[in-house]
Amino acid sequence: MSIVETPASGVPAGTPPEFPQDLRDKIADMVAHEHHARGAAIEAMRLTQKRFGWLCDAHMREIAKLCSMSMADLDGIATFFNLLFRKPVGENVVMLCDSVSCWLMGEEKVRARFCEKLGIKRGQTTPDGKVTFLPIVCLGHCDHAPAMLVNEELYGNVDTETVDRVIDQMKNGSVRGES
Amino acid sequence: MDEAERRPLTAMIDRAAGPPDCAAYERMGGFRGVRRALSGMSPGDVIEEVTKSKLRGRGGAGFGTGPKWSFVPKDPASQRRKYLVANGDEMEPGTFKDRLLVEGNPLQLVEGMIISAFAIQASFGVIFLRGEYHRGLECLENAVLEARERGWLGENILGSGFNFDIHVHPSAGRYICGEETALLTALEGRRANPRSKPPFPQVGGLWGAPTVVNNIETFCNIPHIIANGADWYLGLSACADGGTKLYGVSGRAKRPGTWELPLGVTLGEIMDRAGGMQDGYKLRAFLPGGASTAFLGAEHENIVMDYGTVEKAGSRLGTGLAILLDDRTCPVGMIRNLEHFFAQESCGWCTPCRDGLPWVERLLNAIDEGEGEQEDMDRLADHVRLLGPMGRTFCAHAPGAIAPLASGLALFREDFEAHIRERRCTYQDAA
Ligand SMILES: Cc1cc2nc3c(=O)[nH]c(=O)nc-3n(C[C@H](O)[C@H](O)[C@H](O)COP(=O)(O)O)c2cc1C
Ligand code: SF4
Ligand code: FES
Repeated sequence: MSIVETPASGVPAGTPPEFPQDLRDKIADMVAHEHHARGAAIEAMRLTQKRFGWLCDAHMREIAKLCSMSMADLDGIATFFNLLFRKPVGENVVMLCDSVSCWLMGEEKVRARFCEKLGIKRGQTTPDGKVTFLPIVCLGHCDHAPAMLVNEELYGNVDTETVDRVIDQMKNGSVRGES
Repeated sequence: MDEAERRPLTAMIDRAAGPPDCAAYERMGGFRGVRRALSGMSPGDVIEEVTKSKLRGRGGAGFGTGPKWSFVPKDPASQRRKYLVANGDEMEPGTFKDRLLVEGNPLQLVEGMIISAFAIQASFGVIFLRGEYHRGLECLENAVLEARERGWLGENILGSGFNFDIHVHPSAGRYICGEETALLTALEGRRANPRSKPPFPQVGGLWGAPTVVNNIETFCNIPHIIANGADWYLGLSACADGGTKLYGVSGRAKRPGTWELPLGVTLGEIMDRAGGMQDGYKLRAFLPGGASTAFLGAEHENIVMDYGTVEKAGSRLGTGLAILLDDRTCPVGMIRNLEHFFAQESCGWCTPCRDGLPWVERLLNAIDEGEGEQEDMDRLADHVRLLGPMGRTFCAHAPGAIAPLASGLALFREDFEAHIRERRCTYQDAA
């Protein structure tokens, strides 16, 4: 189940960029190292998403071909996993842990602050396309709960001040972790 | 015993300095185990030593590691395709130990895997890592690359004729991937539904080949057992099983964290490390080893944290990292949060779990929001009866999901009743 609920209003739809040759070569190499081609499918999708932020139909078709799978088969996998996005996301993705230790330590307050300041609900993207806000399960940082990921940076002991600071940084395009 | 010997798994971890490279790792005593295993010991000798050490799996189920390996067909690696898989999915809420081991000392895991692969004669290694562990992935990829460059991975390791290499697979994220057969399904590029056993992975695992899946912490014990011997390892613990354990607490303790301590210390000793509860909070109950273990009440605050004792008390040691419920937090809300997680993470393969857990979640939502009815308590009890026992669902996800609910219904009965009677959360103002 993908946790992006609604299409990002601020993200330009348009035609997706051409599937780049270097990515094609890399995935072909991964496939060659697998016992069966489909063994590379999940990592191929991760790699593609890392480059483009999400997985569009055209790119999915390319990956399916490289992994000798049907598009439906590949899409069945993509929609199973939490971290694969089949809809566009914002420039920044905030994932706030909503599992038990973070809940115990005040996650709901942090969540409310994000929603209030960004003007969106979990699963949505801000109209300017800057931020997508998602829930995530335990990040293995429970001793510093509440925890969150901002893009690939881990944050701990998150409070409303952290939220304000991080939102400012995202709007200015410079996010730093402080785990 | 000096400090390093009392806590072998974490002795080399210096979070500020980052993980040691091969030279630093060797200088601090690393690679002694793999040298010993590959020069002079037979695969059978290694399995026997690990069996004697009484190491039990640290992934939650606590199966003996040596006995698990002994089910693998004995053909030499050169004659049969076999796999060794490290389970680093660590998605159990409240668990933060494997991340520490992977970020703190990835070469210890690599060494543990080389020795283990030699024991079962596997040439292919996979580390299945939580997809959100970006730093961990970087640490592991660097460690594997350097180990390969220096000949610790690849062909003819230490001139022994044994070949072994490791691939690091970052997960795309679902709790069920931690279940070992679902993990193998994910590695085969499919939706991660569990598989029926038998065949057990040791006989028919990844791509149908013999496969051993162990937890990351389990593998990290292996270099020390082989370097120092089973007797030394048995001497580390405070109970009948061997070794140390990464214990920890989260919740309203003064200093939540994780510490390597002798297996079988009491929860009181762990709480001492954490500085006790925060001022103004009292311990009400705890989940001893992750979200899927049953609540124990505060009267167990000095329980011996070994596999047998926790089981006798009605729960499981699980991952060994306890989640604390304090006296000012609503137990109904906590169980609602837990069941939301389990309902969301059901893989959807079998009906009782796929449909039952969301039903449980909706009942708890209603009670927590003051819209519960007395009959809802009976419906919850029905689900405990129908989903709780092993064997009614296809895998252990549902019984794990039901454990905190079943124990919570008994322990916090009065809180549930009050929510229904007063039609509100009775803790609303306390928080
Ligand atoms: C739903 C579910 C989730 C699991 N998650 C994990 C996990 O994240 N990490 C882990 O090591 N074991 C997990 N396990 C246990 C594994 O199936 C398996 O028993 C374990 O990896 C074996 O390693 P060990 O013998 O070293 O403990 C999970 C089991 C179930 C049923
Ligand atoms: S018990 Fe739940 S997680 Fe396990 S196979 Fe059935 S639906 Fe999937
Ligand atoms: S519960 Fe949030 S990081 Fe573990």
